[in-house]
Amino acid sequence: MSQASSGALTVTTPSDREIVLTRVFDAPRELVFRAHSACEHIRRWWGRGNPLDCEMDFRPGGTYRYVEHDPDGNDYAFRGEYREIVAPERIVRTFEYEGMPGHVSVETLVLTEDDGKTTLTTTALFESVEDRDGMLNSGMEAGAKQSLDHLAEFLATMT
Amino acid sequence: MAADELSGVFAALADPTRRAILARLAEGEATVNELAAPFPMSLQAVSKHLKVLERAGLIARGRDAQWRPCRLVPAALRGVAEWAEQYRRLWEERYEHLDDYLHELKESSDEPGK
Repeated sequence: MSQASSGALTVTTPSDREIVLTRVFDAPRELVFRAHSACEHIRRWWGRGNPLDCEMDFRPGGTYRYVEHDPDGNDYAFRGEYREIVAPERIVRTFEYEGMPGHVSVETLVLTEDDGKTTLTTTALFESVEDRDGMLNSGMEAGAKQSLDHLAEFLATMT
Repeated sequence: MAADELSGVFAALADPTRRAILARLAEGEATVNELAAPFPMSLQAVSKHLKVLERAGLIARGRDAQWRPCRLVPAALRGVAEWAEQYRRLWEERYEHLDDYLHELKESSDEPGK
């Protein structure tokens, strides 16, 4: 299976206002970058199998908007602007969920390649601690695994 | 858990002192004095934090006015953990689809004449 060599998703919170997602893909970074660069690609994966409307103008200053349609008939819309694009290694864009308007985060995607595999690191920088916490702080990574027996450890990871 | 309740929980958790208080209460119930001991702040300041935690449903306090031990209410935190897990699962699913799509892209770029 091609997925066998892909890594697990790791989630860390290196500072008050940041969340970092890291994932290894079994593909050269040129391809991983390309998969982020146009609607014809984004539509194939960003919606996780749900239909996705996509508009994007992939250049610095250009905007994008995705609308995901879930099987229950709910629509989820996301939008933002590209601030920096360095193919195939870096994309900086703003991100806003239209369901929480005004809470804009800045996402920096960094792609590094090693032995044909790409590590994609996405750092989301929030405007405030509250925005980040509203988004996920709260031991997103730890919380998923920790049972209440390990609650003290779980809380310690959030500081 | 309703979205508004969850917001209250997140707001309560946004403060390191309150998280430290919760971590202490995870070990067992405690009085305000006991909870305040590790912090360089007044009892009043600690009481304020406890009120925030209580309002968020994260802790409950005894009835007795003199002796009001605080204890953790795990259900509220479970809501946070479930929410966090949903977020994580969302990205995992998204990246699994990206894996499949990258595999497809790789195959098509290996085709002769591409």
